Amino acid sequence: MNSGFLLSWIDYLVMIIYFAFVLGIGWALKRYMKDASAFLEAGRSMPAWVAGLAFISTNLGALEVMGMTGSGMKYGMLTTHFYWIGAIPAMVFLAIFMMPFYYGSKARSVPEYLKLRYDEKTRGLNAILFAVMTILASGISMYALAILMEKVLGWNFHLSLILSAAIVLAYTYLGGLSSAIYNEVLQFFIIVVGLLPIVILSLKDVGGWHGLQQSLAPIVSHMPQHYAPDTWTTTWKYTGTAKANPLGVEWYGIFAGLGFVLSFGYWCTNFLIVQRAMSAKSTTAARNTPLIGAIPKMFIPFLIIVPGIVALVLANTPGKGFSLPLNEAGQPIYDYTIIMLLKQYLPAGVLGLGVTALLASFMSGMAGNVSAFNTVWTYDIYQSYIRPTTKDKVSDDNHYLFVGRMATIFGVVVSIAAAYLASMFGNIMDFLQTIFSMVNAPLFAVIFLGMFWKRATGHAAFTGLLAGFFIALMHHGLTFPEGADTLVKGGWIAHLHAYPVEMAQNFWTAIFACSTSAIVTVVLSLLTTQKKSDDELKGLVYVLTPKLNEESVPWYTRSTTLAIIVLALVSILTILFW
Amino acid sequence: MGIDIKIPIGLMFTIFGLLLTAYGFFTRLDDALYKPSLGININLWSGIGMLVLGILMLALAMISKKSKP
Repeated sequence: MNSGFLLSWIDYLVMIIYFAFVLGIGWALKRYMKDASAFLEAGRSMPAWVAGLAFISTNLGALEVMGMTGSGMKYGMLTTHFYWIGAIPAMVFLAIFMMPFYYGSKARSVPEYLKLRYDEKTRGLNAILFAVMTILASGISMYALAILMEKVLGWNFHLSLILSAAIVLAYTYLGGLSSAIYNEVLQFFIIVVGLLPIVILSLKDVGGWHGLQQSLAPIVSHMPQHYAPDTWTTTWKYTGTAKANPLGVEWYGIFAGLGFVLSFGYWCTNFLIVQRAMSAKSTTAARNTPLIGAIPKMFIPFLIIVPGIVALVLANTPGKGFSLPLNEAGQPIYDYTIIMLLKQYLPAGVLGLGVTALLASFMSGMAGNVSAFNTVWTYDIYQSYIRPTTKDKVSDDNHYLFVGRMATIFGVVVSIAAAYLASMFGNIMDFLQTIFSMVNAPLFAVIFLGMFWKRATGHAAFTGLLAGFFIALMHHGLTFPEGADTLVKGGWIAHLHAYPVEMAQNFWTAIFACSTSAIVTVVLSLLTTQKKSDDELKGLVYVLTPKLNEESVPWYTRSTTLAIIVLALVSILTILFW
Repeated sequence: MGIDIKIPIGLMFTIFGLLLTAYGFFTRLDDALYKPSLGININLWSGIGMLVLGILMLALAMISKKSKP
């Protein structure tokens, strides 16, 4: 396969040093793991900047790095919608409006918040779905890693799978959530430093941003879809109609689907992400966590999307000798863009650093999944349904620490099994990603109503979740993206409506799911009685919670100030690349 | 909890920095090696950059240790 390359001793040395540090951090934290809270909640002791970088790093998994570079080549700067409109507003909302309730309620997980705010069945449904999806997601990313190692470095598939699982298991078993979080910070730095040479070299190769715009113009205007010459280097300019841009979605679809439903569903309710902010040492630190994370987040497009755009120029310049590997159907595999760029530009030495950065991003995704899984399993499933707390606090603590550790091992083992499942059924990845988006969007409606409307009831929330999921399933079954060749992409009931691209279908699935869930929850809440008293809901609902008083701190250290800075920065970026 | 993450980050990048600066220095005449990177000795420059990052992190760790006895 032409995508492979050989690493030299210096590359392996870089990799080995990195893994020594990763395991060393786990080892150094081992002696602090005295009870379940230290292991599963990092003792609620993280400084805001550590939690903030971990917050971003968990999300910066390898599927994201590889996928977004590929999307840069496929869609150009339009890919930044996944960041500037599709992440930052939701992160600011989470920080300012939702974190006070998540953190202040003393809930240890998102499912536990649902239990405190609504009832046991709502928590149970969410906990079980979350546990299953998290482990499957972890398995999928392991599978992707092993495939990559096999194709690119020529390593044995099974060996890469077991070895990477063993490393993640070792450091999460030793140091729990703290170890996962500290390593995510380390991973964040190695990802940035490891990929930076590609950005610099690739931009220099095409003559900077200006040179990139000029080289793209003839390539883009010769495409069969008749795009405008600057389509690949602008963001909102050609979103007036779906046909004028490669995403195939108009501005309101992007705004409502990506900017609102999908991003709020992901950033504000996914425990994997929220858990990082919950580990912070104070309410202020918890609020600042997503805001601090938002700053690097808005610049990540320059690190991973811009090189992808350069790749489009390289692929259309015969002298460069750049091409993507093809799949069985003869289509280019866009996910390999970043790998081919590493191969194109990096000599031995920094190449090891780049490959290590990719490995690091795989592990941060996986460790994040495992550390979120063991918390939900231990607190929301085991402690709630299998062995409730007893009077003996010390023995309880030891017992739940033990269960947390066992859940870590169990999580990794099941991930390996899921990875093999993924290797047998190629479509399973598409299938699961579709299911994830169907589960997340209704959850946002239910949590949002729970936080801001004290009348919302448990029965209504539970039914709302199920109804949202059901509508998402129906929408997916009745519509399909044009040119779909498999039922996993939709249309398995009937072909009522065709979307120009898969992305448009995903956006609208989420929009329908979220609004249905909201309507059902509101209507049923009005028809049922609220069983929880105002006193029980204190700290969980906006109107019943004492206002956070920021008057006592100087204006420049307030979360709201930081939020305004974040929003101003992202607006400037949006205008610059309009 | 327990450790200051700035210390391992600082140590790791200092080691990477020294390693790649040295590697870049000893391979500076190897034109074939640096042909993909447009003739730029990217190992040397990345190495120096990482060395600066590493030392900066260690310095920050020392400052925060002093302010918090």
